Amino acid sequence: MIKPVLLWSDILIFLLVAALGLFVLQLRNNPQAKKRWASVFHSKVGLSSFIVILFYVSIALLDSLHFREALPPVSLTPDERTLTSDESQQSSQPDTGQSQAVAYDNQIKSVLDVILADIEKNHEKTYSAPFAIYSFSKENMTLADGTVVRDFPRLQYAGSHLNNESERLADIIARSADAMVTGLVIALLLIGGHWLATRNTSSQVPWRAAYWTIALLCIACSWLLELGSVYHIFGTDKVGQDVLVQSIKAVRTGVLIGTLATLLTLPIAIILGISAGYFKGWIDDVVQYIYITLSSIPGILLIAASVLLIDVYIETHAEDFNLTAIRADFKFLALCAILGLTSWTGLCRLLRAETLKISQLDYVQAAHAFGVSHPRVIGKHILPNVTHIILIALVLDFSGFVLAEAVLSYIGVGVDASMSSWGNMINAARSELSRDPVVWWSVSAAFVFMFSLVLAANLFSDQVRNAFDPRLAHTAADAPSSQHTAATQGGQ
Amino acid sequence: MLNYIIRRLLYALPILLGVNIITFALFFVVNSPDQMARVHLGDKHVSEEAIDNWKAQRGYDKPLFINHNSDSPLTDTIFFDKSIRLLAFDFGKSDEGRSIGSDIQQRMWPSLAVQLPTFIIGVSINILFALLIVMFRATVFDMAAVTLCVVMLSISGVFYIIGGQYLFAKILSLVPISGYLPGSDGLKFLILPIIIGVIGGIGAGTRLYRTVFLEEATRDYIRTARAKGVSEFHVLLRHLLPNGMIPILTSVVVVIPSLFIGSLLMESFFGIPGLGSYTLDAIQAQDFAIVRSMVFLGSVLYIIGLLLTDISYTFVDPRVRLS
Repeated sequence: MIKPVLLWSDILIFLLVAALGLFVLQLRNNPQAKKRWASVFHSKVGLSSFIVILFYVSIALLDSLHFREALPPVSLTPDERTLTSDESQQSSQPDTGQSQAVAYDNQIKSVLDVILADIEKNHEKTYSAPFAIYSFSKENMTLADGTVVRDFPRLQYAGSHLNNESERLADIIARSADAMVTGLVIALLLIGGHWLATRNTSSQVPWRAAYWTIALLCIACSWLLELGSVYHIFGTDKVGQDVLVQSIKAVRTGVLIGTLATLLTLPIAIILGISAGYFKGWIDDVVQYIYITLSSIPGILLIAASVLLIDVYIETHAEDFNLTAIRADFKFLALCAILGLTSWTGLCRLLRAETLKISQLDYVQAAHAFGVSHPRVIGKHILPNVTHIILIALVLDFSGFVLAEAVLSYIGVGVDASMSSWGNMINAARSELSRDPVVWWSVSAAFVFMFSLVLAANLFSDQVRNAFDPRLAHTAADAPSSQHTAATQGGQ
Repeated sequence: MLNYIIRRLLYALPILLGVNIITFALFFVVNSPDQMARVHLGDKHVSEEAIDNWKAQRGYDKPLFINHNSDSPLTDTIFFDKSIRLLAFDFGKSDEGRSIGSDIQQRMWPSLAVQLPTFIIGVSINILFALLIVMFRATVFDMAAVTLCVVMLSISGVFYIIGGQYLFAKILSLVPISGYLPGSDGLKFLILPIIIGVIGGIGAGTRLYRTVFLEEATRDYIRTARAKGVSEFHVLLRHLLPNGMIPILTSVVVVIPSLFIGSLLMESFFGIPGLGSYTLDAIQAQDFAIVRSMVFLGSVLYIIGLLLTDISYTFVDPRVRLS
């Protein structure tokens, strides 16, 4: 028995996906935009980075399907309790012995947790290095003959099937080979069907790049899942949690903060920017005053100040946020809102300038002469001509917000400490790096996951900018960009 | 010119007032001083007395806007005390009781000692790299360099600091990990933050300047210069660089005044007692008075930056006349 739970951020992200679907659908009636998007996907870089982003987004979506598990009516033994909840401090256990009503676990889980359950359940005591089978710190151990020695104990789960250290390398190699073959088979199944169907048709889409990306992702996933269940690939953190699981769980935070914050900037920037440029006069003055004022406040301070106030609000209204997950979610949404509210000024300024320019053009004047109403002029003539600015800002902002999250969490004004995020992992690294020997794996894992998402987003946004920015059209002709070469070599 | 500057400074007043109103709304209206006191005193069950005491000590016990019980109903309020006084750069006292103004005066120099060299070296290196890339435009080198830039700007600044500290200070032991000393003795503490700051900025900076220079490189005067047989080196330095500097200035001059504030991350990692770490400590200790003052100071410096940008235009572009 499970009970689905909808957090506010879940609702928003699925609404966002629906909106994106609608956007793609309406693209069909717009040949020009279609052509531009095609040129994005006809470049190898654009297509590959898009697949990587899609991969991250699907992890985030899987992690957004939340539910609460029903607790068995009898009281649990301590052993089982650790199995049903992944964070030990969370396993509060309601008294269900007497009443027959189904009680639900206080721990909100997601579909991703179920997939990762194999890795997640392997809870060690404290730090352990990647692939280690011995603990990071020494402990007093009583040997069979009663003597007490101080040595590194074996880890509880990692490599528990091995007899000693010397078998480890061979085991890792064997399992890696096995995992790679599995990954390759899955990839071939995915790719093969498509290849068979399209091999005789010529296509501008660089499918080969897509195949490579998919194959690599498949192999990486299968390797992580297979080895992750017997080793700690990225080690464990202070309380013995697997770092790999944490980094994967942090994907949702990163992706959501990027998309939701961007989404919040859009309506404000579009409405204010276009009305300022279109109506001019006092509206323009007011909008300009607002954005100059807002942008003159150092962004990070404004965000920090706002987040501090949200903290105060949560602390004084503690009764509204009884579940950890709900409190974390509220704080997370507030952070997205704050990020959005403090960073719309740049786009607004661009939109205002462009609208000013467009509303002087003949066709807009003609529309006025025909007595077309203001909303209609804006909707039909202005908005379609500024979409490229909005699109470019949208993809550019995304990676900025992902990076900002890390910095904010480091400063201590980021997402809730109970929520896994790359920023929180980096924050913890401060004390870890000053240990001896150095605990480097947590921060490295955060780096790998964050870097690949931000890099993919940046590469993709470059392609979108190349395709949509009219100013870049001539420089692209001067210097053949990767998009150009991909189009000529196109297809296979 | 003087006329223009005075007028611009007058324009800045309503903006600063707006900044004050926003911060005031954030700090006093969204959350009442009572709630702040409760959070500060830490305990959920604080006595009313303790809260009143806390507020009275810090001057938060007055009404927000209008004080009916006072002889001067408009000035004896929180809004006047905490916000309007900022306009005269009277920062008041922090929640801990220290004078914020003298703290700021003391702490801006370490910030500047790190930020100014970082800024100057960073901008020159970025311009140099961008010119180099433009010289080899449309070649493999161009593509590789641009890709490298994208890779570098995809790395969060935190990682540059952590990685640099680990490599140079911990493994190679070339410089101390963190710390600060005033004067020339402190040089060894400054080298690493400056290097890391420069490297961290290369990706974004070089890529931006490259687009600027490329756009300039398609202009007619460049073609004319080439047609006359001017060497490529001369085209770049004599024709491209001066004209490309105009758009670069807009993005550069505006940050100069903000250098005083320093970088929150850099200063906290390297233990530099500048304004950045001051702000960060205040954020972490929830000292709202300091955060408020820094918000105000930041916006003042930004507005000065905007003004400097406009003035610098007249120097690099004789076509621009300020009136």
